[in-house]
Amino acid sequence: MNILVYLEERNGQIRKPSLEAIGAAHGLGGTVSVAIIGSAPSAVIDQARKLNVSAIYTASEPRLAEYSSSATGCALAAIAKQAGADVVLVGATGRGKDLAPRVAIRLEAGYVPDVVALSNEGGDIIATHPVYAGKAQMSVKVTTSTKVYSTRPNLWKAPKDSATSEPAIHAVAVNFADSNFAEQTKELILSQGKLDVAEADIIVSGGRGMRGPENWPLIEDLAQAFGAATGASRAVVDAGWRPHSEQVGQTGKTVSPTLYVAVGISGAVQHLAGMSSAKTIVAINKDENAPIFSIVDYGVVGDAFEILPALTAEINKLRGH
Amino acid sequence: MNILVCVSQVPDTTTRINVAADGKSMDPAGVKFILNPYDELAVEEGLRLRDKHKGEVTVITVGADSAKEALRQALAMGADKGILVKADKQDSFQVAEMLAAAIMPLNPDLILLGKQSIDFDGMEMAPMLSELLNLPCATVAVGLTIDGTTAKAEKEVEGGREVISLTMPCIIAAQKGLNDPRYPSLPNIMKAKQKPIQEIVGTPSAARTAIVGMTKPDKKRANKIVKADGDANAAAHELARLLHEEAKVI
Ligand SMILES: Cc1cc2nc3c(=O)[nH]c(=O)nc-3n(C[C@H](O)[C@H](O)[C@H](O)COP(=O)(O)OP(=O)(O)OC[C@H]3O[C@@H](n4cnc5c(N)ncnc54)[C@H](O)[C@@H]3O)c2cc1C
Ligand SMILES: Nc1ncnc2c1ncn2[C@@H]1O[C@H](COP(=O)(O)O)[C@@H](O)[C@H]1O
Repeated sequence: MNILVYLEERNGQIRKPSLEAIGAAHGLGGTVSVAIIGSAPSAVIDQARKLNVSAIYTASEPRLAEYSSSATGCALAAIAKQAGADVVLVGATGRGKDLAPRVAIRLEAGYVPDVVALSNEGGDIIATHPVYAGKAQMSVKVTTSTKVYSTRPNLWKAPKDSATSEPAIHAVAVNFADSNFAEQTKELILSQGKLDVAEADIIVSGGRGMRGPENWPLIEDLAQAFGAATGASRAVVDAGWRPHSEQVGQTGKTVSPTLYVAVGISGAVQHLAGMSSAKTIVAINKDENAPIFSIVDYGVVGDAFEILPALTAEINKLRGH
Repeated sequence: MNILVCVSQVPDTTTRINVAADGKSMDPAGVKFILNPYDELAVEEGLRLRDKHKGEVTVITVGADSAKEALRQALAMGADKGILVKADKQDSFQVAEMLAAAIMPLNPDLILLGKQSIDFDGMEMAPMLSELLNLPCATVAVGLTIDGTTAKAEKEVEGGREVISLTMPCIIAAQKGLNDPRYPSLPNIMKAKQKPIQEIVGTPSAARTAIVGMTKPDKKRANKIVKADGDANAAAHELARLLHEEAKVI
């Protein structure tokens, strides 16, 4: 089985969800190659050499200095054909979720989005995809010979750097159409120095129980102690206390961190929809009947304004700060 | 401006999902179906652009007869007419193909969708249509401005926002934050009943995926609850200990 993994880069670095997709590929067994697409992707090739993959395919095009999902999809499909890929894996990032369906159309392949588990059962690949906001899971088999999947971030281990073999490098010539550049990314505005909830390994989220934006330093202090990102419930975002980019849930972001800490959040189904696949869930709430407690690993029934400073001190102690 | 909005019908967000007897689909008994919440944003955006640039908003859905209800909800918000592509759909690819076939002859200036339908949470329809119709596309849009032959979309991405420029006609998939959808007024709900819904029969090609099974997540949680009972320090200490020694997350 030939597996091709798309390597997304940001600021000259391969993004973690792409590395995790390589982890998912290794789990399937087979030959793993990677695709690097950009205007001049040289820096990333050196990083990819250390990933212990059998081949690196590149496609470069000056116009890709401004990212285009359509052009990147065109290039990835061309590479998949040249590589004879049976499976194409894309990390399910914002860009990845746009890219994978395009590649599926171009390769006339079946596609399963946002996969949380991939297994090879005697040659049959079974993909697990959460549906109905995580209230159920579907196992799906792709019935075409080429198969495309996007893999949800934070669920697979990125491969460790090891350069046991030197991968073959193939530059692929792609026939782009002008229409591939009818859509281009002009700007990427990153919120300064802030860890995004969608990428964070640990998230501390606050809800209406925090009473007001002036109390957020309590959430931020705990987040800092953990090295975590901060999240929020919709009630808090709708009230204008926090930006929408922090909202976790059905109409916000879906997250799968190692640890999710919900503070003053009641646990409405729409909130749970965004975080119920977290590995460990913790809640701090003064109401012992709050629905959130029914899905937690650990909970503290108490006043967040008293628990948060004490917990921040405990975590700082444990982490030697 | 000739605006087309793709809508889907989904179970209400608070629905309890039960697996049907076949073991691979949702049991529809007792489930309330609604217009996909993201599609409300798409309809709203279409209505605002129509009011600004003049023209018409057509809403389209692929599904069974019952999906007409979703069209009626969009018509009640103010859309002008509806199209039901009647078909038994098995996967997104088929829906995209049938949508593309129905949309092609209409030559819309703008195609709006929701960023995802909250049943299968695929987020795939807009990029698929983009490929099938060969039109530029921006997804997860929280901002949209149209200036003659170009559109500018602001897209939410991890850690920030992207500004995307597109040539018209184009495809935009709406994310919460793009606008505040209106509630249909009673007179408009009545008026919607008179608005035309055209029915066409869709012919799905072979499905490319097969659902093998559907299950409810069965993750067992430790569910250890510590009561602070006035001693916040002791509770915090115990929680930190559990996270360190048991969950081993720190
Ligand atoms: C279509 C739709 C989509 C939605 N999408 C989302 C979404 O994406 N994300 C989302 O979060 N919600 C979403 N919601 C809203 C959701 O239904 C809830 O209204 C929302 O999650 C409630 O936010 P909350 O838990 O912060 O507030 P509340 O429900 O008001 O809960 C506050 C909690 O704080 C506790 N508390 C109060 N004081 C203290 C204290 N001193 N110490 C400790 N605890 C305290 C209370 O006991 C209570 O449990 C959606 C709703 C709909 C209809
Ligand atoms: N059956 C359908 N008919 C028409 N539009 C649809 C259908 N399914 C999905 N869509 C549109 O595609 C968007 C994204 O859906 P999805 O890719 O299924 O998550 C939805 O918000 C709708 O705008």
